[in-house]
Amino acid sequence: MNVNSNGYTYGFATILVVLVAVILASLAMGLKPYQQANVTKEKKQNILQSIGLDVDRDEAEAQFPDFITSQYVIKSGKVVSEDASAAFNIDMAKAIKIDPSEREVPLYVAERDGGKYYILPLRGKGLWGPVWGFISLESDGETVFGATFGHKSETPGLGAEISTDAFMSQFKGKTLDEANFTIYVVKKGKGMYPNSDVDGISGGTITSDGVNDMIQDCLSAYKPYLETI
Amino acid sequence: MSTATKVKKSEGLFSKKNQKLISDPFNDNNPITVQVLGICSALAITVKLEPAIVMAISVMFVLAIGNVVISLIRNLIPNRIRIIVQLVIVAALVIIVDQVLKAFVYDVSKQLSVFVGLIITNCIIMGRFEAFALANTPWKSFMDGIGNAVGYGVILIIVAFFRELLGSGSLLGFQVIPDSWYIANGGFYANNGFMLFPPMALIVVGIIIWAQRAKNTKLIEENN
Repeated sequence: MNVNSNGYTYGFATILVVLVAVILASLAMGLKPYQQANVTKEKKQNILQSIGLDVDRDEAEAQFPDFITSQYVIKSGKVVSEDASAAFNIDMAKAIKIDPSEREVPLYVAERDGGKYYILPLRGKGLWGPVWGFISLESDGETVFGATFGHKSETPGLGAEISTDAFMSQFKGKTLDEANFTIYVVKKGKGMYPNSDVDGISGGTITSDGVNDMIQDCLSAYKPYLETI
Repeated sequence: MSTATKVKKSEGLFSKKNQKLISDPFNDNNPITVQVLGICSALAITVKLEPAIVMAISVMFVLAIGNVVISLIRNLIPNRIRIIVQLVIVAALVIIVDQVLKAFVYDVSKQLSVFVGLIITNCIIMGRFEAFALANTPWKSFMDGIGNAVGYGVILIIVAFFRELLGSGSLLGFQVIPDSWYIANGGFYANNGFMLFPPMALIVVGIIIWAQRAKNTKLIEENN
């Protein structure tokens, strides 16, 4: 057989591609549940971190129901669903494309040592890719109890510092600015509202600005609801 | 029959020639320090030791299996599309690695992120397919794949060792520089932040090349 004839070349290419496609597709389907479980666990771990609980990713699954008492879907200041899985499964990457007043967003209510906390998911843009996080508010709905941030591909040593304790711990005890309902991430020493400012990352200005915009944008969707409590 | 056994005897599984396939890329023909291939990934994922080790294992898997697959079908591949066939096979193997990492070592897969996908563009892999697997038997190709992957991985791990130790003061995530040494705690030491940036990997690779050539003088090119 002439392996260099046109017919053989086409045939070989077709068989190879179909074979590879079948192998990859079945592998992806088989591994999907494991991958999904990892993503879910990580999300639960991050939610718990925002109220100061440092748990392993594997323990997060078991601890989650102990602390998170209810999960709501909020839209335009009203609770539209109390179904926990509906709230948990909201894709923030899609949600932030909708105007805050029309956006359906999840709200997690947590209880820890007798205190009640509201946990709000955040999602926005950094310098190289998405940034995200969770911010927890005390029961008055305006004092920040904790915050945690993650990022896909910010520069190590610069923008990536947003997910370090040094940056995240600054949020604790701050009060949301009344006018804009947000916490400002500002250049070191350039803040105007000592109670609502945190220092950005030096050398990571664009990432810091991204976090600033993310907090303002995401929190504004909760403003009408949190003002009623 | 007797000739067949004779041939087999003269060419055992671990004959001198086959052993050389593994040992050669380790030193005399190292893919990074001698052939200067695969530099891009050596820069990108050597900030910490753990991703470097995972990368080395992943490349070993892709290169060894890929070499065997290519070698098995080497007489069936139409010459005109052989590069595309090689690409399809590397890409498929890389996707398998990526999916398995995501499912079972999630943290590592997050750190490696896009670099797993970039194994596809690692010149070492296409280079070995084209230069070796297309012309040799599966077993030899397997040995060649392992050999080159080890040669690549060793350099990766050496670079990552120095970058993590000097840049973060830790190894495999464990702090090895005592806390009390740091200036923040009244000591005299500070991590070298420059080590965290890619250019430093090039400098470390350069130093390794220098050290290797100083020991192995036959690698030194004639200066005309």
